[in-house]
Amino acid sequence: MSALAALAASSPLLWWREAAAAGDGLASIVDKITGGARVRHGRVKLNIPRLADNGHSVPLKIAVESAMTAADHVRRIIILSERNPRPVIATLYLSPKCGRPEVATRVRLNGTQRVLVIAQLADGEYWSGSAEVEVTESACLDAT
Amino acid sequence: MDARILVPRAATRGQTIEIRVAIRHPMETGFRFDAMGKPLPKNVIHTLTVRYNGAEIFRAEMGSGIAANPYLQFYTVAEASGEVICDWTDDNGNRGSERAAVSVVG
Repeated sequence: MSALAALAASSPLLWWREAAAAGDGLASIVDKITGGARVRHGRVKLNIPRLADNGHSVPLKIAVESAMTAADHVRRIIILSERNPRPVIATLYLSPKCGRPEVATRVRLNGTQRVLVIAQLADGEYWSGSAEVEVTESACLDAT
Repeated sequence: MDARILVPRAATRGQTIEIRVAIRHPMETGFRFDAMGKPLPKNVIHTLTVRYNGAEIFRAEMGSGIAANPYLQFYTVAEASGEVICDWTDDNGNRGSERAAVSVVG
């Protein structure tokens, strides 16, 4: 048992998986986006299927806690993927004129992963939320 | 390019209305090959802006992670009757535009 555990712990694949689960793969990209500013967890909610039959088109709804006034609104929303070949899926710029801090779109996901969304508010602060999506058929493997 | 922009036809002043934009576009990732094995060049709608009576209310910068036939849903506050205009550009330099009228009462 202990030999098995030691083997599992030393397996590079498992190590990589753990790193991915911790979001380490996105840390440098997040830093580039925020200019190194602190990203706090919270105020961003994702509504995305936990299980997607295929990754070609996965509906994603994002809601941010914000009054959407001139002083307190969502400036931009950045959608990030842990496992896509291009991790930045989209950047959405909102304004106080939006009235409601909610957006929806459809994303491609290259396999099971955590989707991370970062929101920058009018005061410049960054908040984030994430969701795990299990993708049974990846977006990048076949020709569709 | 085919596109649809959906807004409520009528709204009361100050009401938050939902706007939905859908564009027919392959959002080619650049990672696929054609039947002859030749790579298909990346071609996505990279920028989309939405204006309401002249003022920008929403903008999207998209990559290949947005699904084919991109769909965006967001909100705006109905202030005055007028038009919601959506403009976009893809990697090939093709531009598209679609508009919808909103009539605001009250």
